Amino acid sequence: MNTVIFRTAAPILAALMIMFSIFVLLRGHNEPGGGFIGGLIGASGIAIYGIACGVDAARRALKVHPISLAGLGVFLAALSGFLSLPAAVPFLTGLWATFYVEGAEISLSTPMMFDIGVYFVVVGAVGTIALTLEGGEDD
Amino acid sequence: METALVGLIALFFAVSLYLLLSKSIIRMLLGVAILGNAVNLLIFTTGRLTAEIPPIVPEDAYAPIQGSANPLPQALILTAIVIGFAMFAFLLVLGYRAYQALDADNTDNMRLAEPEDAPRPPLSY
Amino acid sequence: MATAATSYDALNLPPAMIEGATAPADWIVVWPVALALFGAGLLVMLRNQRPLQSVFAGLIVLAIIVSNVYLLLRVFEAGPLAMTMGKWLPPFGITFVADMTGALFALSASVAAFIVVIFAKVELDGREYRFGFYPLLLLLLCGVSGSFLTGDIFNLYVWFEVMLIASFGLLILGGRRIQIDGAVKYGFLNFLATALFLIAIAYLYGITGTLNMADIARKSAEAPVGPLLTASGLFLFAFGVKAAAFPANAWLPAAYHTPAVAVSALFGGLLTKVGAYAAYRVLVLMLPAGRDMLEPVILAVAVATMILGPLGALAQTNLRRAIGFLVIGGIGVLFAGLTLGTQHGIGGGVIYAVHSILTLTAFYLVGGLVERMSGTQDIRYMGGIYTVNAPLSILFIILVFAMAGLPPFLGLWPKILLVEGGVRAGDWVIVTTLLLNSLLTLIAASRLWAHIFWRNGHEGARSEQPNDTLRRLTSDEVGLGLAPTIALVALIVVLGFFPNWLIEAGGVAAIDLLEPERYISAVFAGVPQS
Repeated sequence: MNTVIFRTAAPILAALMIMFSIFVLLRGHNEPGGGFIGGLIGASGIAIYGIACGVDAARRALKVHPISLAGLGVFLAALSGFLSLPAAVPFLTGLWATFYVEGAEISLSTPMMFDIGVYFVVVGAVGTIALTLEGGEDD
Repeated sequence: METALVGLIALFFAVSLYLLLSKSIIRMLLGVAILGNAVNLLIFTTGRLTAEIPPIVPEDAYAPIQGSANPLPQALILTAIVIGFAMFAFLLVLGYRAYQALDADNTDNMRLAEPEDAPRPPLSY
Repeated sequence: MATAATSYDALNLPPAMIEGATAPADWIVVWPVALALFGAGLLVMLRNQRPLQSVFAGLIVLAIIVSNVYLLLRVFEAGPLAMTMGKWLPPFGITFVADMTGALFALSASVAAFIVVIFAKVELDGREYRFGFYPLLLLLLCGVSGSFLTGDIFNLYVWFEVMLIASFGLLILGGRRIQIDGAVKYGFLNFLATALFLIAIAYLYGITGTLNMADIARKSAEAPVGPLLTASGLFLFAFGVKAAAFPANAWLPAAYHTPAVAVSALFGGLLTKVGAYAAYRVLVLMLPAGRDMLEPVILAVAVATMILGPLGALAQTNLRRAIGFLVIGGIGVLFAGLTLGTQHGIGGGVIYAVHSILTLTAFYLVGGLVERMSGTQDIRYMGGIYTVNAPLSILFIILVFAMAGLPPFLGLWPKILLVEGGVRAGDWVIVTTLLLNSLLTLIAASRLWAHIFWRNGHEGARSEQPNDTLRRLTSDEVGLGLAPTIALVALIVVLGFFPNWLIEAGGVAAIDLLEPERYISAVFAGVPQS
């Protein structure tokens, strides 16, 4: 696993995968894609980096423990439900806000926020499991 | 089509139950993975199999095309896959940890919580 | 655009979304679940702020208790409350419904969880903090409250899994070898139970074409008998495993004594009750025909579990394993209520569950304090605690009496209702077994008491030789361990003296489960009649 080719390619590959995962996450809004598969791709990126450069390097590169990312995700998902409270609609009802920036339409919505939450939960949880299995650190 | 799927589901259940009855954790894990797939196929089949029209409203219409597939089982299966995946990942880590900590892949050798030579209860009241 | 709008109107589709605003007060149905989820996410992010974590978890659980109390009062006043997520009209969308059963269960679960949050302060060292006891506790409470308050059968499955994943985490917290062993057995068997539950849901969906509990309750009467029996049998099996009813009870005594005491208490109080609750919800409210057909099976399960639980407790030398068997005995009583299926049976069962959640949590906590004082889990080496800490022995004997159903404690009232239900139905097997269960529980539990508190020293030692391995509780353990346990036992005593409102609530719960018209109309309140 520790060949020069793999170690050289892995950081680039990981960066590409994380970028692609964000693309898949945002694409999931109207087309196939979404938080779950985006998160899986992102977590695979972390896992590949961990395999190539060592688990410690991967943890350092992440800055925060992946499980904190999962916490952020749960928090965001729950928060997206609470936004319905001031709008006087039931929990988790989709709310939309549309902006026009230089003629381009940008729609922000609570389903998207929920999806971003799912993305973080998956990246965090799967990333934690992958790094645990790779490193054998007791967790 | 239903009959074929039912046969496949039965096969999956048989294989997974056989594997789950084994003493080895690794085999049981494989059984867990196959059981999840069997259940998902079952949900898919009980949601009725219809023509292969995706349940998506065409761009110039306001209602899905008549006779399009039932989207609910697909949503249920997606949820079940995600949950099954998490569960499998957890059990995998647990099995790995059990192998490391207890040095056992065989459930017969895991007697730490319930020791075989457990003392008899005291006779006094 | 204008032509498109007219063609949409021309389609004349039935309405799918709720019109009109939702009052903030109606949100009370989701507050207990949403708050717990919110808190769990927040606490995971605060994982390095240890002092903050426990305070925050306490506040969140307190807020959940307050919303549960308010929810219970609303349900008392106005009957079942419902809210469907995402503005959909039922039976589409996921509905949350609080009827008396759900509200009572949710309230007792949150009270038990609050006591455990405080108790955990003495129990946990840095390692267990680091791996997130409090976030997992909130996630578990989220799963448990979600199970009690959801009105959608597939959503119930999802909450089961949330609960299961949180409980896996709690079970291996600390990572001692014995915990891993317990977790393997707990993990595989509970996974199997939820898989069976999902299979049953698949069949039920195939039969009725809906997942909304109220809708299923309306439609199950016309369902074909054969498939209905299959689905009901699978539900019973799945919930039987989750609740640790005989013959699927082996995982509970293999796992519940391995983690920290706070975790044991939480599991013993909450988890098995969720299985029993689901059995009540599904077999009484949704598939009454299935319950009628399965009655002989449920009877056999109830009788065997009621006898086996206390007998198992009698045969143990490990204190927490013995309490684990008492948990199983309590599950037998809950299934006895399900067997009767009358207003007395169901009502008694619901009240028994409230009693069982509170009493068993307290039982484990007292057991934990005893373990701390004696430094062992083995009752043969615990003797003489009475001389070191007399109040603890009083707490324990109160719990023994409450568990066995002796007056004047809380356990008495549900047992009276159940026995009365059995007498009215002429079901002498149930009546006899219920009384036998009380007797055996009393023997098993008071025997524990005699060994731990009454006898002077170790087993086999001369009676005048005191046990010198005992230590006193530190002031921390008294303040954070003993005090909340006393508060919980005091609550059990007070509820035992003033059970009127609880018995009334149990009656309402039973009527709403047996004749679900109010439940159904609460769910479909916003749907225009066509």
